[in-house]
Amino acid sequence: MRNPQRTEKIAFFFLLLSTLLIVVPVGLVVVIIIQKGLPAINWQFLSDMPRQGMRAGGIFPAIIGTLYLVSGAIVFALPIGLLAAIYLSEYARDNLLTRIIKLAIINLAGVPSVVYGLFGLALFVVFFKFGVSILSGSLTLGIMILPIIITSSREALESVPQTFREVSLSLGASKWQTIRYIVLPNAIPGILTGTILGLGRAAGETAPILFTVAAFYLPRLPGSIFDQVMALPYHLYVISTQVPNVDEKTRYGTAFVLLALVLTMNLAAIVIRYRFRKKKKW
Amino acid sequence: MGKITTKNLNLWYGAFQAIKNINSTFAEKNITAIIGPSGCGKSTLLRVFNRMNDLIDGVRMTGEVLFDKENILEEAADLVVLRKKIGMVFQRPNPFPLSVYENIVFGQRIHADINKRSVLDEIVENSLKSVLLWDELKDKLKQSALRLSLEQKQRLCIARLIAVKPDVLLMDEPCSTLDPQATARVEELMRELKNNYTIIIVTHNMQQAARVSDDTGFMLLGELIEFGKTERLFTTPQDKRTEDYITGRYG
Repeated sequence: MRNPQRTEKIAFFFLLLSTLLIVVPVGLVVVIIIQKGLPAINWQFLSDMPRQGMRAGGIFPAIIGTLYLVSGAIVFALPIGLLAAIYLSEYARDNLLTRIIKLAIINLAGVPSVVYGLFGLALFVVFFKFGVSILSGSLTLGIMILPIIITSSREALESVPQTFREVSLSLGASKWQTIRYIVLPNAIPGILTGTILGLGRAAGETAPILFTVAAFYLPRLPGSIFDQVMALPYHLYVISTQVPNVDEKTRYGTAFVLLALVLTMNLAAIVIRYRFRKKKKW
Repeated sequence: MGKITTKNLNLWYGAFQAIKNINSTFAEKNITAIIGPSGCGKSTLLRVFNRMNDLIDGVRMTGEVLFDKENILEEAADLVVLRKKIGMVFQRPNPFPLSVYENIVFGQRIHADINKRSVLDEIVENSLKSVLLWDELKDKLKQSALRLSLEQKQRLCIARLIAVKPDVLLMDEPCSTLDPQATARVEELMRELKNNYTIIIVTHNMQQAARVSDDTGFMLLGELIEFGKTERLFTTPQDKRTEDYITGRYG
């Protein structure tokens, strides 16, 4: 006999189980990294150069390198991504060209990151002769996060009510004034959220910086944007697989710093979004 | 001579004709009401006067609309200048998510580049006074406009418009979200405003048209069926369809 109550209980159990299965790995990753990595964290680890072939000392240049790369990526990707998003959301008509552009953005988001790495190597390192440098790496990361920034900025712009635009135009504002004074200010929290998520992504990726900027071992700070730098994700890869006899503590400590950096960014994005939702009343 | 005159005005949304050959004259410093059932084209007609229909893809117009003797349907018409002179109050009160003060000075910020505090303060005070909000809001100028009551919001929207110093106020069902008392007060305000402005109001509410307007036009399926003095139109309609509508046979 069919028993709808029992069927429902079984269904409910599997739904809950699947949901919990999503949380478990996240929780485990965080717990393990904290447990094994936290003991390594001290001021010297964060502020010192690596020593003895990266078996001792700190990870300072890798932290700085990652910060440089992330900043460089954003300097490049935010203006272009935002302007493109404004064009797509406010000016573009729904025609073939627009649809091709939108399709291209979706596809850009799906390109594997190692392909970006090779692309950056070919275009920036070799063709533009920027060499293996912060500039090449930042541009490569920038292109990688462009789709995130464009997509989230477009959503933010499109979520600004149409009536605001109508009122502004009806008061004699030009289209650009309407965008500048009404649409953009109300879209900023959304744009910011997307930008920070993009930053988090850029900070954590290894493949795009592999051929374009990352130094295997460079215990000094970069002098210019044409220098190589160490970067956290690549450093982690190196001390985990390429250098024998590195302390487990050092490896997990590095992972901890990287994870903390990325999670802090994501958390900031969540906080901004939450505060904005609470404030907005239209 | 009217403030706004339409000559053989037609409008299409794609293949659908929303306005059919309308000839009418809107008198200066008068309130003209446009009534008619939903979908008759009355809002569309209103949005011809400040060219807001241009925002919709596939809109086409023929004929002439003369505003102070100039045809505003010309390609060369300057929409920024036109919309400064012909302002609009919308159905739903729609203040910007800014302070009361910033809502009112929005027009100055974009048009005049005036940043002198004293000048702006004066504009805010005069605009709020002209919509009878000054006493209620003079201590709340920094407060977000989104926290006002519906009636206050709608008055604020009118104040924001008045700050731009228009000649004509287009009102698209301005009281449809307000309760009867608030509606009565906004109607009182409209009578006040007509001393200085030409007002064209679109309304669903026949009583409202009868109460506030000097002239009334009745529209049906894109045509202007009848146009004349409000009192005359409501007491002795000349067209059977007008009579049917105002006696509540449809609409």
